[in-house]
Amino acid sequence: MKGAFLVTATALAISVSSAHAADVKPAVVYDQAGKFDKSFNEGVYNGIVKFTKDSGIQVREFEPKNEAQTEQGLRRLAKRGHSPIVAVGFSMASALERVAKDFPDLQFTIIDMVVDLPNVQSIVFKEHEGSFLVGALAAMKSETAKVGFVGGMDIPLIRRFSCGYEQGAKYVTSDATVFENMTGSTPSAFNDPTKGAELAKSQFSQGVDVIFAAAGGTGIGVYQAAKDEGKFAIGVDSNQNHLQPGTMLTSMVKRVDLAAYNTYDQAVKGTWAPGLTVLGLAEGGVDWALDDNNASLVDVDMKAKIEAIRADIVSGKVSVHDYMSDNACNI
Amino acid sequence: MNQAKVPVWVSIALIPFINVMLAFFVSALVILALGEDPIEAAGYLIYGAFGYEEGIGYTLYYATNLIFTGLAVSVAFKAGLFNIGGEGQAYIGGLGVGLVCLWFDSSLPLMVIAPLAIIGGALFGAAWAYIPAYLQARRGSHVVITTIMFNFIASSLMVYLLVNWLKQDGRMSPNSRTFEESAWLPYMHELLAPFGIELSESPLNASFLWALICCVFVWGLIWHTRWGYQLRTLGTNATAAVYAGIDNSKVTIWVMLISGGLAGFVGLNEIMGVNHSLLLNFTAGYGFAGIAVSLMGRNHPVGIIVAAILFGALYQGGSELAFEIPTITPEIVVVIQGLVILFSGALENMLKDRIEGFFIRKSVA
Repeated sequence: MKGAFLVTATALAISVSSAHAADVKPAVVYDQAGKFDKSFNEGVYNGIVKFTKDSGIQVREFEPKNEAQTEQGLRRLAKRGHSPIVAVGFSMASALERVAKDFPDLQFTIIDMVVDLPNVQSIVFKEHEGSFLVGALAAMKSETAKVGFVGGMDIPLIRRFSCGYEQGAKYVTSDATVFENMTGSTPSAFNDPTKGAELAKSQFSQGVDVIFAAAGGTGIGVYQAAKDEGKFAIGVDSNQNHLQPGTMLTSMVKRVDLAAYNTYDQAVKGTWAPGLTVLGLAEGGVDWALDDNNASLVDVDMKAKIEAIRADIVSGKVSVHDYMSDNACNI
Repeated sequence: MNQAKVPVWVSIALIPFINVMLAFFVSALVILALGEDPIEAAGYLIYGAFGYEEGIGYTLYYATNLIFTGLAVSVAFKAGLFNIGGEGQAYIGGLGVGLVCLWFDSSLPLMVIAPLAIIGGALFGAAWAYIPAYLQARRGSHVVITTIMFNFIASSLMVYLLVNWLKQDGRMSPNSRTFEESAWLPYMHELLAPFGIELSESPLNASFLWALICCVFVWGLIWHTRWGYQLRTLGTNATAAVYAGIDNSKVTIWVMLISGGLAGFVGLNEIMGVNHSLLLNFTAGYGFAGIAVSLMGRNHPVGIIVAAILFGALYQGGSELAFEIPTITPEIVVVIQGLVILFSGALENMLKDRIEGFFIRKSVA
């Protein structure tokens, strides 16, 4: 074991000495869903891959498995002088708050949550606006005037998706029925394709013909069920149109990749600044996805209508209620 | 085979040690297959868990949770009950601790809040175990099934309470407000500072001491009270227990209440000691890991402390390992933990006869 300690000591020494090799030592801490969730975290990962390709700078990654490891990971990255450090997900707020206070010279960025400190950039998205658009599209596509929503955990963030979606659907078809189901009450609800498929099948059997899944990896099961039953599904966070071409009506993209990329890019250029950034439709932070995989499902008329609604939201003519503004979804 | 001729240290120390080493050997093969150096990996794992003060602090902090849940499982197991519900009981126990802190943090000092929180955690955890216990004792619904089901009910209840009632207004994450400092359990590095012992910061807190006290309590209860005798009799032979005049239903219920209360103390460490607010998923699987800890520790408090520290070291060293060698993902660390459980739990008897046979022959010769 003595040899092992020597190896460790040498490795530590090397990592310390390389601390001054580059000015920007970017790092990221994913949330507990893991890096390859085909959705939220993977969006961040894609942004990082692009950044590494463009700049040649490696980004240090860490995937914690519980609350304690989140703070531990952040703290350890900070101790080694990594900056900027991107924290992915709302659940990291309290850990980041404590760590950022202890390392005031380092730059931190948190996605999906606001941490009000002078060295933290908070990036939040107007998920309700993007969800409104895909809700409108779902209602246009639906022949039964019944659309479905499958969420991950029943937490405010997911209710915000659901609320926007419902408003969008009712904006197009005022008497539309929106079926809503949440997958579970533990973080595994974001990684449970089997249950996602079951919920989707149950909604389909009640007449629903389009389902929006805001549930991370659980969505994979929803899309499969939609394909099996010849119905439609809507993806979330990343552009998931390619997962089941011909079934995926669209995806509500949330450009977390852009958020991560910009943070690192700004740090390299020296333009990184703390504060709150809110990315909505107008800023290109959320949007609906149209590509070769779903072009045949969205006809010209629908596309024109959606673009019109999009313009109305950007201009403020249509205002989308944000669930989190009053913890209620009264439409 | 005459058990008496096998030295005690062989069955309680040597065999578990060989099993753990076998698990590490297979882990090394997995790491080799990934194209990494297993010696280097072992170095990071051991250094991460025991190599520096902060690492030791984290190891013991994880061990604290595992001692509580390990004790909870072992008390029930001694009475022949398999309590799989440690996860849910810990979750609800944490709710009890959290509610006490939220109610009293601005009006009472720590010296009053701490005992109240201990009572709160124990009561809530025990209450969560009571229903499965009642169903087992009086209605014959198997406790394994009902306790598992209660884990899911616990997490649903916690989501409901945190999202709809306890969440701070205007914040996105479903957390309660942060407690006032009067409801924070002191950290070990703060506790020992007045005595001139300087430790680096880690989440290790006073609840570790409480975990050790609980170990003594469980030891005394099981082996040195009349009541513990009833408990062990029930576990060894339920029919004989009835014949001896023991009320099995009553013992079942009491055992499960104590088991649930012990699991509920996880909340002391997580809620009062570290997070200082009520939040979702703080139990992070400790309830289930407690089953492995209890099995490995031979259901004895001393064994449980050792096993809990081993598992704590795997948690902490494993996180260090995943951090240092990016190709070793957290999933591989779970594989290593799984192998340890497999070899020291499920395959426990694989080598037992051969090793014991060796010592018996030796003592005869």
